[in-house]
Amino acid sequence: MTDVITPPLGGTGILGPPVVEVAEYYGHEEHGPTGLLRWLTSTDHKVIGKSYLITSVILMLIGGLFALVIRLQLASPNSSLVSFAQYNELFTMHGTLMIFLFVGPFAFGGLANYIVPLQVGAPDMAFPRLNALSYWLYLTGSMTMMMGFLVAGGAASFGWVGYAPLSNATNSPGLGGDLWIMALILTGFSAIFTGVNLVGTIFYLRAPGLTMFRMPIFTWNMLVTAILILIAFPVLTAALVMLFCDRHFGTHIYSVQGGGSPVLWQNLFWFFGHPEVYILALPFFGIVTEIIPVFSRKPVFGYKGMVFATLSIAALSTGVWAHHMFTTGVVLLPFFSLLSLLISVPTGIKFFNWIGTMWRGQIHYSTAMLMAIGFLITFLFGGITGVMLASPPIDFFTHDTYFVVAHFHSVVMALVMAAMAGIYYWYPKMTGRMLREDLGKVQFWLLFVGTQVCFMPQYLVGLHGMPRRIAQYTTVPSWQTLNDVSTVGAFIIGASFLVLVINAFQSWRKPVLAGDNPWDAHTLEWFTTSPPPHHNYSHLPPIRSERPTWDYHHPDAPALHPHGEAHPSDGAEKVLGSS
Amino acid sequence: MDVWRDARHTRSLPAGGPQPPADAGRPSPPNRFGLVRSKLSSVRARRLVPLAILAPIVLAGCQVPDFGAYKGSTSQGHDAYKLWQGFFIAGIVVGGVVLALILWAVFRYGRRRDGVPRQTQYRHGIEIFYTVVPLVIVAGLFVFTVITENEVDAIPKSQVTIDVTAFQWGWQFYYPSTGKVVVGETLQAPQMVLPVNEAVTINLESADVIHGFYVPEFNFSRYAQPGVLNRFNFNVLHTGVYRGQCTQLCGLYHSLMIFSVKAVSPGNFDTWVHQTSGRLPTIGQLKAQIHANGPGA
Repeated sequence: MTDVITPPLGGTGILGPPVVEVAEYYGHEEHGPTGLLRWLTSTDHKVIGKSYLITSVILMLIGGLFALVIRLQLASPNSSLVSFAQYNELFTMHGTLMIFLFVGPFAFGGLANYIVPLQVGAPDMAFPRLNALSYWLYLTGSMTMMMGFLVAGGAASFGWVGYAPLSNATNSPGLGGDLWIMALILTGFSAIFTGVNLVGTIFYLRAPGLTMFRMPIFTWNMLVTAILILIAFPVLTAALVMLFCDRHFGTHIYSVQGGGSPVLWQNLFWFFGHPEVYILALPFFGIVTEIIPVFSRKPVFGYKGMVFATLSIAALSTGVWAHHMFTTGVVLLPFFSLLSLLISVPTGIKFFNWIGTMWRGQIHYSTAMLMAIGFLITFLFGGITGVMLASPPIDFFTHDTYFVVAHFHSVVMALVMAAMAGIYYWYPKMTGRMLREDLGKVQFWLLFVGTQVCFMPQYLVGLHGMPRRIAQYTTVPSWQTLNDVSTVGAFIIGASFLVLVINAFQSWRKPVLAGDNPWDAHTLEWFTTSPPPHHNYSHLPPIRSERPTWDYHHPDAPALHPHGEAHPSDGAEKVLGSS
Repeated sequence: MDVWRDARHTRSLPAGGPQPPADAGRPSPPNRFGLVRSKLSSVRARRLVPLAILAPIVLAGCQVPDFGAYKGSTSQGHDAYKLWQGFFIAGIVVGGVVLALILWAVFRYGRRRDGVPRQTQYRHGIEIFYTVVPLVIVAGLFVFTVITENEVDAIPKSQVTIDVTAFQWGWQFYYPSTGKVVVGETLQAPQMVLPVNEAVTINLESADVIHGFYVPEFNFSRYAQPGVLNRFNFNVLHTGVYRGQCTQLCGLYHSLMIFSVKAVSPGNFDTWVHQTSGRLPTIGQLKAQIHANGPGA
């Protein structure tokens, strides 16, 4: 901890005062513009976090609309709702929006920005101006991406993976591809800066008493995500710059004619792309790991094991990229197969942590908890099919078919459920208002049922040989039934998001106040007001475990350690002695 | 004192009835209590291990379902199919156990009263158990993967070689032994003819972007890439016509890039391959034609 930014807190000893004042140090009066100008100029992590969340959810809704058009197109074998060219643009932009502009920015731009400083007891991110720059890069990047639809030749249409040489100037001429490259470079820098900021915040701005192994799992996962961002995104940015050079400056980095190699693009892209999968997933694992303990009223089961599982996932994730390239014939199959299979072990550990946390808990079926349970089940399907795909002989006949599409949509829809869990869980903290639980449960059931109805048939149609990214299947009309079921499911998912919009609208028109800690939650952010004041805390509770707010409200119920005794530093000796 | 202890615990104790309240003087009753429970769970879990190992073997004795996949019309594809069955059964067993645990926890431990359950955080025995067992399962899956992979990727000597060139948006099949050529684009899907029950070597390449050579019923696909020559073997088991399609996005008419494979008796193949193909357009001519007039014109 540096001296400069550590607030002058007293009472860090076990017998110290229960609450320490920090208000005099930071103050929480915000002096600055109000209204729209505040949103445009703020360096407050909460304002930036909310900007990220709103922007990313809007982009998700747009990407979702693209998906609905795609599903409508596939509802009959030779539909001409959209042309081949438009279809290619739609799925390219659907994937790009969801992966690059929604899932990631929602998690590490939005939630992490808002929650991590609160969870570590900091007044803001380590570099507030850099944080603002991240958001504006993200917004301009997103707008650059969307502008593709306005230029001649349309948006990028070479798939979200942009495989060379399809993405070169000969095969994909036009501004759409260039805008795609530029947009990803902009949002890539946004992600890198956010990664730097998160690492800085977590390493240097933790409140006194908040040791690394007292950090909430959400913060842990954001730290690991940030490190993965710093490993993966520069590679993507460099690869994109080289692609741009190939397109415009006559280099031949990815073209055979000039002695380059198209496989190089795949290696670089997936060296980014596979850590990216975990950059997307880890924050959502973190969300779920906040929610399950709170609504089971228990500490995270196997907290330290879970941290090491996260670290092993991150380490392994840098060595599995070529499992996307099993059918190229130019990668060492056993190595990448083994590492890919191994990654299921720490992921499995997390499952048992979540189950162990619920075990003998007292589970409250709030919307957030239901969404978290929906995540567990949907992610289980995605995980099991992922293990199958890690085996090259099985990947050979499922690669680039709807089986793979269904697999990663099971995974990302699980993440979407976790995102919704996060929204229902933290919305009261961010706005001071509750979302309606009845509407929330309607949304959960629509989302959960819609997801399975949409993607289960895709597993089957993929096994029947339907390739991905095709606009028509005239020659095999028997695929239609499964596709129709899938389309119905997609519209059920679409309806679930309407419910979310209605719910947010309701909370705006008929607010129900949340109070500071509506869930009887564990972590520090629930100790301050909802929404928190400008610099987050006027006072902090003593931090003796990863559950300072819980410890404060339940001094008689500390976490029990391996053999049932309370942790010595929890100050619970008397409780133990009297039991 | 007992605030955080769940009353239900006592009900699930195997014997001994409720926790005696009089042992306040003992060092740590939750300790003993916890040990009993953890032993019990691991005994239960240990019973699951033979089940998990036996289930595939027992099931293999019966008619194992195809789980939606093709049985594989080549010997290589059939090997992949058997691996698929094994993985799927392992997936059902592991996924089923995990799903059952999730659902049990969710439904069994619903909140019925206010109060705080026992704040258990660590059980080292269970934690080691659920780390080691998946490692063992993964080791098993990996062994079977490598065995099958070596069978699928083996390139034995073969009498018949076919050079396949993918292009936007069609396929050319060239038989170097006789110079026979088949070529076609999009709606005029070309047909590859090969002999049944014979090892056939395919040399796969692309003339432009990356394509995917995929015959669903062979349970096999491989990228056709510019500058990379991919070689693999087929041994088709039954005569018949098999659908094939490009799987890797290759531009505008990717959806239409289909072909078929016709497996015939070796005698018929010999006759066919010696017939001259007549005058055929080159790949370049076909590409120019698609770009000018659209597909299948």
